[in-house]
Amino acid sequence: MSVASQPNSSSRGVTVEFQDIEKRYGVRYALRGVSLRIDAGECVALVGANGSGKTTLLRIAALLVRPTKGTVTFRAGSSAAPLAHLPGQQRIGMVAHNILLYDDLSAEENLELFAKLYGLDRPKERAAAALQPAGLINRRRDPVRDFSRGMRQRLAIARALLPAPGLLLFDEPATGLDPAGQHWLGDTLGQLHDTGCTILMSTHGASEAHSIVTRAVRLAAGNLAEDSAPSGDPQRILTAALAAEQGS
Amino acid sequence: MALARPTAILLSKELQTEFRTRELLTTTIVFVLMVLVLFSFTFDPTSIESRRFAPGLLWLTLLFAGSLMLHPSFTREQTNDTLAALRLAPIDPTAILAAKILANCCFLLVAEALLLPIFAALYNLHVLPVLGQFSVVLLLGTLALATIGTVFSAISSQARMRELLLPLLLLPVLTPALIASTEATAGLFDEQPYLSLQWVGLLAAFDAIFLTVTWLFGEYLLEE
Repeated sequence: MSVASQPNSSSRGVTVEFQDIEKRYGVRYALRGVSLRIDAGECVALVGANGSGKTTLLRIAALLVRPTKGTVTFRAGSSAAPLAHLPGQQRIGMVAHNILLYDDLSAEENLELFAKLYGLDRPKERAAAALQPAGLINRRRDPVRDFSRGMRQRLAIARALLPAPGLLLFDEPATGLDPAGQHWLGDTLGQLHDTGCTILMSTHGASEAHSIVTRAVRLAAGNLAEDSAPSGDPQRILTAALAAEQGS
Repeated sequence: MALARPTAILLSKELQTEFRTRELLTTTIVFVLMVLVLFSFTFDPTSIESRRFAPGLLWLTLLFAGSLMLHPSFTREQTNDTLAALRLAPIDPTAILAAKILANCCFLLVAEALLLPIFAALYNLHVLPVLGQFSVVLLLGTLALATIGTVFSAISSQARMRELLLPLLLLPVLTPALIASTEATAGLFDEQPYLSLQWVGLLAAFDAIFLTVTWLFGEYLLEE
């Protein structure tokens, strides 16, 4: 896998290119020959039935899973040349199925820990600044294990946004969020999209986040089944996916 | 520096979590205490008998306690997939392993420090005259146990039957360190106490080799 390093000065977004990605777990294929280029600043919705390979593709993009075959290339902004190496993955933010947070630490301690690991200055202030918009500032000293599902998801999103990432990978980010939380998520993604951040998110059901989607990609049984890019209508694929879910 | 800073941050997190929950320390101390007390009642050893079998008993007990303590080291990270969060951070992945090895070593040393006086009293051993040398043997033996145990905890945490896998992997690989620790300890509790440099040297070499291997290949252990 080759990965990029510093952001383009004109855009903080990252271009991601998957080339002929195949991932096998034993004899079972999770992905089969997926090739996809996501340009800097795009907001791509990944749809498909359970087990279609959405999570695997996101984890490969996060460099958490090594593909069996194929490569992932990252470029800073719209720069043509893939950079030789990424000094860490500081520009990738991820919200996964699990919340990626420590239950025994408080909300503030969790964010402070990750701010320190990301090498951010004034980690305590950064943590407080991330908790405020997530609506968790008054619960900052409570252990995460005491949080409701929605609060945990808000905190997971706040953690992913902490390092001001150039690439955001969201695996069903609206899970567990109440209508106010979904509204906050939609606003937050909209603001990030405006700053040029590249967003790749898998989604199920209707979500306020769909309003900023610029492109939709459908996976089926590990294959790339449909792609609205570059000039197609992403809402058509999203609506069809939602109808398929409701029909099943 | 690239390794030291994240290691220190993660070590602080490990210590903070453990001293808040006290899960690992409590279970380890209770386990070791029970085994030592049970054996002392079973054998009711004299001073001469103690010198013969107490070193082996101590290290076997620590080995079993270690496998009990080290198992949750990485399975804890699976609860909320926090290992993925650590791997997403721009740090050398070896720092994750280094922090866990240091934390486990600290926990085992704290347990040993608390249990040593009880061990000496139950088995009628004179620890104080050789305390300095015994501390060196304990430190090297514990470092071996923590290093191998943490590495195999990382490997076994991703496998099915993980509870069985850790002791199965741990025992054969740790055998040389266990023998060296036992022999070095036996020398210290001899009628004419001495520190066997041969066994201590073997322990130190064992630690150096496995720490180097961990540093070189640690990154691959953390991959899914």
